[in-house]
Amino acid sequence: MTALTQSAPARNDRQFQFSWTDAGPFLALAVLLVVGFAVNPDFLSTTNLGNVITRSAYVAIIAVGATFVISSGGLDLSVGSMVAFIAGITIMFMNMMVPGLGLWAIPVGMAIALLAGLLCGLANGLIVTVGRIEPFIATLGTMGIFRALITYMTDGGTIPIDRSLREAYRPVYFGTLGGIPVPILISAVVALLGAFVLYKTKYGRKCAAVGANEDVARYSGISVIKTRTVAYVIQGACVAIAAVCYVPRLGAATPTTGQLWELQVITAVVIGGTALRGGKGRIWGTIAGAVILELIANLMVLSDFVSEYLVAAVQGVIIIIAMLVQRFSR
Amino acid sequence: MSIAARLEGDHAVAPVAGVPVGPAVLRAEGISKRYGTVTVLSDVTLDILPGEIHAIIGENGAGKSTFMRLLSGYVEPTEGTLSMAGGRVHFTKPDQAQAAGIALVHQEILLAEALTVTDNLFLGRELTRGGIVDDVRMRRVAAAKLAELGCEVSPTALVGAISLADRQLVQIARALLDEHKVVIFDEPTAVLTGEEVERLLAVIFELKARGIAVLYISHRLDEVQRLADKVTVLRDGKMVGTYPGHMLTQTEMARVMVGRELAALYPQRQAVRTDQPMLSVRNAVVPGFAQDVSFTVHKGEILGFAGMIGAGRTELFEGILGLRPGTAVIELNGSPIQIHSQREAVDAGIGYLTEDRKGKGLLLQERLGPNLTLSALASFHPGIILRRAREAEALTQAVADYDIRLKSLGVKAGQLSGGNQQKLLLAKVLLTNPSVVIIDEPTRGIDIANKAQIYSFIQDLVGQGKACIVISSEMQELIGICDRVLVMREGVISGEVWGETMTESNIALLATSERAHVAQGGTQ
Repeated sequence: MTALTQSAPARNDRQFQFSWTDAGPFLALAVLLVVGFAVNPDFLSTTNLGNVITRSAYVAIIAVGATFVISSGGLDLSVGSMVAFIAGITIMFMNMMVPGLGLWAIPVGMAIALLAGLLCGLANGLIVTVGRIEPFIATLGTMGIFRALITYMTDGGTIPIDRSLREAYRPVYFGTLGGIPVPILISAVVALLGAFVLYKTKYGRKCAAVGANEDVARYSGISVIKTRTVAYVIQGACVAIAAVCYVPRLGAATPTTGQLWELQVITAVVIGGTALRGGKGRIWGTIAGAVILELIANLMVLSDFVSEYLVAAVQGVIIIIAMLVQRFSR
Repeated sequence: MSIAARLEGDHAVAPVAGVPVGPAVLRAEGISKRYGTVTVLSDVTLDILPGEIHAIIGENGAGKSTFMRLLSGYVEPTEGTLSMAGGRVHFTKPDQAQAAGIALVHQEILLAEALTVTDNLFLGRELTRGGIVDDVRMRRVAAAKLAELGCEVSPTALVGAISLADRQLVQIARALLDEHKVVIFDEPTAVLTGEEVERLLAVIFELKARGIAVLYISHRLDEVQRLADKVTVLRDGKMVGTYPGHMLTQTEMARVMVGRELAALYPQRQAVRTDQPMLSVRNAVVPGFAQDVSFTVHKGEILGFAGMIGAGRTELFEGILGLRPGTAVIELNGSPIQIHSQREAVDAGIGYLTEDRKGKGLLLQERLGPNLTLSALASFHPGIILRRAREAEALTQAVADYDIRLKSLGVKAGQLSGGNQQKLLLAKVLLTNPSVVIIDEPTRGIDIANKAQIYSFIQDLVGQGKACIVISSEMQELIGICDRVLVMREGVISGEVWGETMTESNIALLATSERAHVAQGGTQ
């Protein structure tokens, strides 16, 4: 029965409610760290953890964008191929501009990467919203397109970055700032921005509303098309940032760059507590999810219990457990 | 001594329950149901006799649905016993109740939209022949059952393609497929139109004649009065009493349900209507739903839109407000405006409360604050950053202003009762400060006390100089609150009534017949 407390002082219960879905990823992260330390004390060393988190940065950055897409009720399978495609475009432009611009080719190339990311995201978004095509199918299509384009651009081989740029570009992946690896800083900034937009702005509110119930959003005067398209554009920007950070690590774009990243990204988002059916986004959970994935892989390499060839299987188990927790903790 | 007076005493008319008229087909004794510390049903004792129509009435949350679900095996009682034909029964699953001869017709439509009518009727109990599904026979039986209910859909039609009313009839046919001893109807007429209701009532009388016991839950007290041999009233989970049906008037039923003197359901009319046009719509066309509709609503006026379900009322307004394709020439306060989307309608100062508050009105999984400000995001949160403190303040204000009853301000919209959800929806739309408020089915599925409040809020709106349009399938409601009623039939306005011509029979005639000769208009 509903009790009546109509004039009671505003008491916000939200802060006192404990949700396994919300706390889950962070608890899992803590458990992993403890288990890791028990297995191999080197696991908790700054060097090892730094390496793990640096490696997880790409997936984390892309997954921040995916948190927007998924919480607005969409899905993007094309992010892995998009990374490769944008990396390819970036390197091609940088190499082309080296003779004229010298080292300035790097920042200009980065700007071009960002532009390409925004355009790719916009394309995905418009196909889904204006074209009214299921996100799964639409981005399955663009996934194939981006992958084929990078294969075509590399002619099946690789596009290496110009030698003269290598040294100058290296710090974006290998450098540190105040002792912290640059990729970690970049992903932290992306996550902070993402959390701000999703939790503190009107756009974040619209994004969640569209994902929770498209009709309610429409009847409330919110443009579903605009809101969802912008989510895909944000996703494109995040992919571009990840690609720009990734280029110095490999020094080249190949047809296999970013392969299957979309699965890691979706896994990170889902184990982070974002509802796959939309309406609820968890940026910090997503970050925890990305780190968890990389930690598990690392742990399996450091320990001798399980073959590292089974990494994907363990990650698969994790995503299923995460979904079960979401299912039963409502 | 009047019945009402006696009812207010110690229920002098009550002692029908327990009087042995014949052997009860189903007997509930001392039934209680608790969830944790919350008691939703306490000590209900009831005899259900064969060939008797027994209505259960009560406000929302009185425990009616829980009781029905208990009888049909969806819920197990915490205390008390059920017995059938003298023997004790204990249902832990709906199948067991069905096997024992108790069928429940659900309030919600629970059908698979992608399957045909026949498939749905026989879902889980397909007729077979040598292990193979016998489609021909099932279709024949389905056709016969549907014809019995006066439902004209084809047995091979997809459920997703038939109307809401037909779906309800299919659901009823499904419950009546097997012979049952007890059939329980939970709000069966919520989505049916007048004619369909009549057919359903005829079916129920037919069941009664065949000696089947019928339990009937409805908010529509007029139906209860026509049908019920006995009326049992629940209030706050407790049994108030069982009364002989013919001895209670609707007003008395309402009074016993609420348990206190119910102020008049409809607010005192105040003459606030002016002749100043507020919203005028000319030649509105919504393809497939409305042709060439024109009307004007004035400052301070409550204008009603009556009609059968499917007359195109909701679609007309969705077309006007940019929620579906349509064209119209619109003037607001004398100046022409263009509306291409709901956003533009809100910005122009036209608020719309959808009839589908759960599906299109509120985010049920979201807390109340975000729901409240969702339509007013632009004006309520200037800039790009959310003003949470302002939102919390507005919520506290809305909860007080609209008497929204809740456990705490942190609950989600889905946790509110229907009436409180409707008040929240009203608060949400009014937060955009519209000058014209269009309310589609303002009181669908909500209890009497909340209805009365909603009516008084509507009255307050026009008192503040707004104009109000009320779309409703409940004629009494329109007559009770409107200054003037337009009747729609098949996408066109078939007539207009006000003053003394604003009667149920006139509205019904205009809503249904090809050429209605109704004295229209009247004196103010």
